Amino acid sequence: MMWINLAGFLLIALIAWWFWFYQAKGVEAQSGQAVEILVHDGVYEPARVQVPQGQPVELVFLRQDASPCAAMVEFPDFGISRELLVNKKTSIHLPAMLPGEYPFHCQMNMYQGSLLVK
Amino acid sequence: MKHEKHKPEKTHEDISTASTDNGEPMGEPGETQLLIDGASCSSCVLKIEQALKAVPGVQSASMNFAQKTASVRGEANIDALVQAVEKIGYQAKPVDGLDDSRVLDEKEQAEQAYYRQLIRKTVVALALGIPLMLWGLLGGSVSVESPVERWSWFVVGVLTLGVMVWSGRHFYIGAWKSFKNHTANMDTLISLGTGAAWLYSMFVVLFPQWLPAMARHVYFEATAIIIGLINLGLALEVRARGRTSEAIKRLIGLQPKTARVIRNGQEQDVPIEAVRLGDMVRVRPGEKIPVDGVVTEGRSSVDESMLTGEPMPVSKTVGDEVAAGTINKSGTLVFKATRVGKDTALARIIQLVKQAQGSKPSIGRLADVISAYFVPTVMIIAVLTALAWLNFGPDPRIAFAVVTATTVLIIACPCALGLATPMSVMVGVGKAAEHGVLIRNGEALQTASKITTMVLDKTGTITEGTPRVTDIVPLAEDIDENRLLQLAASVEAGSEHPLAEAIVAEAKKRDLGLLPSSGFEAIAGHGVKAEVAGKEVLLGNEKLMRDMGVDLGDATQRGQTLARQAKTPMYLAYGGHLAGIIAVADPIKPDSVEAIRRLHDDGIKVVMLTGDNRETAEAVARQAGIDEFVAEVLPEHKAEKVRVLQAAGETVGMTGDGINDAPALASADVGFAIGTGTDVAIESADVTLMRGSLHGLADAIAISKATVRNIKQNLFGAFIYNVLGVPIAAGVLYPFLGILLNPIIAGAAMAFSSVTVVTNANRLRFFRPRGSFGRKSSVSAQPLTESGGKDHDVD
Repeated sequence: MMWINLAGFLLIALIAWWFWFYQAKGVEAQSGQAVEILVHDGVYEPARVQVPQGQPVELVFLRQDASPCAAMVEFPDFGISRELLVNKKTSIHLPAMLPGEYPFHCQMNMYQGSLLVK
Repeated sequence: MKHEKHKPEKTHEDISTASTDNGEPMGEPGETQLLIDGASCSSCVLKIEQALKAVPGVQSASMNFAQKTASVRGEANIDALVQAVEKIGYQAKPVDGLDDSRVLDEKEQAEQAYYRQLIRKTVVALALGIPLMLWGLLGGSVSVESPVERWSWFVVGVLTLGVMVWSGRHFYIGAWKSFKNHTANMDTLISLGTGAAWLYSMFVVLFPQWLPAMARHVYFEATAIIIGLINLGLALEVRARGRTSEAIKRLIGLQPKTARVIRNGQEQDVPIEAVRLGDMVRVRPGEKIPVDGVVTEGRSSVDESMLTGEPMPVSKTVGDEVAAGTINKSGTLVFKATRVGKDTALARIIQLVKQAQGSKPSIGRLADVISAYFVPTVMIIAVLTALAWLNFGPDPRIAFAVVTATTVLIIACPCALGLATPMSVMVGVGKAAEHGVLIRNGEALQTASKITTMVLDKTGTITEGTPRVTDIVPLAEDIDENRLLQLAASVEAGSEHPLAEAIVAEAKKRDLGLLPSSGFEAIAGHGVKAEVAGKEVLLGNEKLMRDMGVDLGDATQRGQTLARQAKTPMYLAYGGHLAGIIAVADPIKPDSVEAIRRLHDDGIKVVMLTGDNRETAEAVARQAGIDEFVAEVLPEHKAEKVRVLQAAGETVGMTGDGINDAPALASADVGFAIGTGTDVAIESADVTLMRGSLHGLADAIAISKATVRNIKQNLFGAFIYNVLGVPIAAGVLYPFLGILLNPIIAGAAMAFSSVTVVTNANRLRFFRPRGSFGRKSSVSAQPLTESGGKDHDVD
């Protein structure tokens, strides 16, 4: 039982690390170019986008996921909430930002992504 | 180190789309929509299509003759497409984004297709799961003991795998992709729950000898039924969600598809997108008005209730404005188009409602924070549950551990938490729009529900805003009524103040010619002065006279008597001597008293601000049932009065016109701009009341309270569901009551928890503010408040 318990606690630690503490690298956005984010299969791809500080950013969402969960994307730091239509591109312009991490997600927080401003 | 983040004040201005800047999505990737003009016969279609196909980069081109639109796929330059069409003698222009009705149609089609897909998946999963469940319930063996059972369950396991692949593939793919992204969502929980049940069952089938006899139980039916139920729940959610946007659908449905324009003396029906500014448009009785414009010919009554909530038709004649989406009732009208496309009042209202429906008030923030950490937390709870059962549970421990961990994963529902707020906001904002109340965002909706003090501007808000002269009192020997009025009107001729307009109108009514005046000067909040017939004329309140050194004698008593009758006395001095008093009254709107009583019923204190003198203000306050008033307030000081109330701990709503009162509206916790029909100044306030009636204000408060109540119900339900459901699923009741939740029941509960939230939000669709419609009221029919008004101490 001891090994099972150890394995269980190790699994808990792995869960916490993988989902909360791991700092994944973002896809780097080229200066002045729009970043296309695909919404499909329950995720944003890419889910982490690295953008340079002090420059406005254009994100173009293309929703290919018909699930109602994917219908809205929210940027809580900017008070932005936008509807994404299936198989349509929706562009969101964000102002120049200071360094930091700016999350975006669906209304139910199930689709999650973030902007890393460096 | 936490960095300070940049937060723009007006984020909506930073939003735009790749095709337009108004928030509409672009078309199909690689697809361009063109509006074609000049195609009069179906043979033109072929020519146009061929011309478009000849443009380099075009993959396909097809024209819809009825809609006069062409769809072009490929990577061609838009200018090249337009030139190609113009070269063969037709006009073409890119469609300005997608029109709302088309967007709506496409959205509904996509939802329908998704709904059907989910139902098919449900049927397949339940077709396997229900017979398996019945088999178990009717006493059939669900354990693996004999070789026959082993082979039979192996076949069932493979069939279940088929169901997982066909009906539940989207869960597993979503879970895997989320995992790779270091995120977890509902798919993760479903995949882990159903996957664990299937893997354990297959382990039992393949290696029964490795498990104690009591633990050789299979759970294939749980896997199949859970997948079926969750698909069913999603399908029902899609349906219920569709109903939450009925209000916006109704607004979009108001927009006619075509318009009858008169060009070169000929009438022709053209698509709505082809109507240009300045076009003359004819609307016959019973037809919808296609774009905004000004009537140039005809007389009719127009039903504007769909936009303003005003039930009575409004009469329209030459010079009056008409708005797209309203219905022409009786006569034929010809009008000149002044706003088309995205600029019409209807289009702006739709845009505002859509934006507001997508916004989230702060009440939902806690749910957002929780749902961000929810899924990994549930996964950890599931592991702890399994460990607890393995360490302390009865035999067969392994089976108990698997069942309870699976049930924990399945019952947890982050979606219900996430849906609780936005669904209610969606319905509440739509409901408000139905009542002619445009709410800018969810935060305004939430704050409106907490208002403790409502500040009302008097003129145009409580009163009609169209004063008329009621008394002319000459007080100099050589001046009679008409002379006094003539002098006043001559001074006021250049002023746009409502009181000035009343004086000039009365002079016109009496056919009094105006005298030439010069040196006009407005003294804000006090009056005006100018030179007429060589002498200085002063017209204004008592303070103006005193400041200018005019001896009022006992005229002030006369003035106060008039003021006590809710009239505004204006003193006129000619050549430095008092010449008389002209009193103007602005009647209280017929339904203001009742609307103010509705605010009182909601526990809101009502305060009136006015530039009028104390006596007039007191009389109006008494008649309208106002709790407190502040008289002689200069326009620029209204905002300060609002701040004083806020400093006293009140949550203050301010209602006034969107232009003069803009600073006060901005200072208030919630600013309500009271509109004049469809001429909306929707940019100026948190809430715009399309009707002139204060009932719109009471409706807005009632709807906001109902919506916030609904959000709280949803949040409470979702919290309680998870807080109780997860421990019960983990088996906390088992040691005391011997109760263990079946994973299938957990699946059903999870599937319907989201539907319940959406359904509860949908109840708001049937909410009707008390007394909002059909109430006939008049000032005279209402009892006057006994206490009357009292000055509000603002210092």
